[in-house]
Amino acid sequence: MEWVNTIIQGILLGGIYALFAIGLSLSFGIMRLVNIAHGDLIVLSAYVALVVGQNTGLDPISSLVIVVPVMFALGYALQRGLLNSTLSGGLLPPLLVTFGISVIIQNGLLQGFGAYTHRLQVGAIETASVQLPGGIAVGVYPLLVFAVAVCAIASLQLLFYSTRLGRAFRAVSDDADTAELMGIDNRKLYAVALGIAMIFTAIAGILFAIRANFDPAAGPIRLILAFEAVIIGGLGSIWGTLLGGVVLGVSQAVGAALSPTWQILAGHIAFLIILILRPNGLFPRTRD
Amino acid sequence: MELVRVERGTRASRIFAILAVPALAALVTLPWWGGAGDMRLIAEMAYFLALAQLWNLLAGYAGLVSVGQQAYVGLGAYALFYLTGVLNMNVYLALMITGPFAGLISIPVSFAVFRLRGAYFAVGTWVVAEVFALSASLIGVLGAGSGLSLTPAILRQISPDRATRDTILYLITLAVSVLVFAIVYLLLRSRHGLALTAIRDSEPASASLGVNTFRTKFIIYIVTAACTGLVGGLIFLQKLRVSPEAGFSINDWTVVVIFMVVIGGIGTLEGPFIGMLVFIILRELLADYGSYYLILMGIIAIAVMLKAPSGIWGWVALRYDLQLFPVGRRLALARLEEISGTAK
Repeated sequence: MEWVNTIIQGILLGGIYALFAIGLSLSFGIMRLVNIAHGDLIVLSAYVALVVGQNTGLDPISSLVIVVPVMFALGYALQRGLLNSTLSGGLLPPLLVTFGISVIIQNGLLQGFGAYTHRLQVGAIETASVQLPGGIAVGVYPLLVFAVAVCAIASLQLLFYSTRLGRAFRAVSDDADTAELMGIDNRKLYAVALGIAMIFTAIAGILFAIRANFDPAAGPIRLILAFEAVIIGGLGSIWGTLLGGVVLGVSQAVGAALSPTWQILAGHIAFLIILILRPNGLFPRTRD
Repeated sequence: MELVRVERGTRASRIFAILAVPALAALVTLPWWGGAGDMRLIAEMAYFLALAQLWNLLAGYAGLVSVGQQAYVGLGAYALFYLTGVLNMNVYLALMITGPFAGLISIPVSFAVFRLRGAYFAVGTWVVAEVFALSASLIGVLGAGSGLSLTPAILRQISPDRATRDTILYLITLAVSVLVFAIVYLLLRSRHGLALTAIRDSEPASASLGVNTFRTKFIIYIVTAACTGLVGGLIFLQKLRVSPEAGFSINDWTVVVIFMVVIGGIGTLEGPFIGMLVFIILRELLADYGSYYLILMGIIAIAVMLKAPSGIWGWVALRYDLQLFPVGRRLALARLEEISGTAK
């Protein structure tokens, strides 16, 4: 029974990893952009929520009303102003420009907020739990996060396959040049895509900051976790991203059950094993 | 007399080579005319230059954009501390082993990360570095989370006198930096270098002309890892203490190195020199303002990448047709008097 408990906790942990991964998966899927600053943007969202909370008294969840538009605008502006001009020149420019953005965000936060750890508070729900048969207790909050992750993935599925915008995204993803010939403004579409990726990043950032402490240096490990989830699930596969998050969460939970210090390492090792056995992930879709 | 001949060196490169001799001599004799602070700064410049040259070889020539080179800095450092502190090996022997050790470890690592391409390779190498850092923090004999220190007994092997020891370490650092540069330079002038330059310019084209791109990249990855391990061992021999965070720090050993190479000019041998100087100058100027120098480096690197992707040196080389470390060959027209001489 103890192992069933471990697996369940691992699956729920996978929810937050899937949320971390969605933004990365979207920007890769649509514009083949690997955003090294992704983890720092997650942490930046948490800081924006912190500031909004301090100034308006809104609780973290309600602050999404402000944080989401802010992050959407930031994503749109970043893509429009900086990243679009990196997409035609091979591998290095997007990688190094997002790398630069990552360092700027981290050190900017360090200068602005200091190296202190922060946490967003939502009250009783953080510690509430429900009893399952067999004496397994499941936290309400992790369950909610997992539900949000599933809803986020489902809404993306809907966006991609049932809307005009989604059709344009798929067209650009399949063949950017032809899509442009058909009258799509790629540069604008890419900006919208990073904006949408940032919506999910904002949600992930706030939900993560309620559950764990964060500080200016917390970004890189989020990027790595997101990246591992994306690769395990298979590049560009939306549901694969959720599964990748779950595989990562379960490996970490199993590692932590063996010894608490093993949690993160177990996730990395699972990732490397999958990489060696199935380099294209479990559900590959996009080929790069 | 032929009208056109193939040459490698240029006038600028020959003048530079002549000027480089007294400059290097000045650096070698620094312990006898400079202060301890100067020696520390020059030693730091020397190992940053070595790291920058190595990353440039990897990313600028072989197209392997790794953000996980701190893995080998840390491995070299831990190898040195373990061999000397736990196995009581002589410190010079241990230092010589750090390089081959890091190279050996990089072989199995390459099997995993070479499955990833492009930007995914980058993050994959980072994950590997994290695995090493986390492993080091779990292994008791490596001091777990708090790391290892060099005992005074080990330092006395170099010299019992502190000033002499600083001088010896400074000279070793200088020698390693020159050695690393020589390895990179000679490698690029060799057959492999030609293959590498071809891969840099177009991987499919070079493969279609018979370059074994996989093997070339594999060799470069391992040579770079070995040299990075040696530099890592040397850096921490001077810091006297290594911990998982310090040894495997991405900010200290990879981020600033990437910025140096990008700002100076990626894919050139001169670029890392310029980038290293820009970094050291910025850091010294902004030393009192926390980490603003890193923000500034980030902004400059982004601006360079967007506006002048070949960096400061790339711009200079194009404008003034300068090459200080020629690795390619070019066609030169014979001088007018030589031609008129043959006409008679």
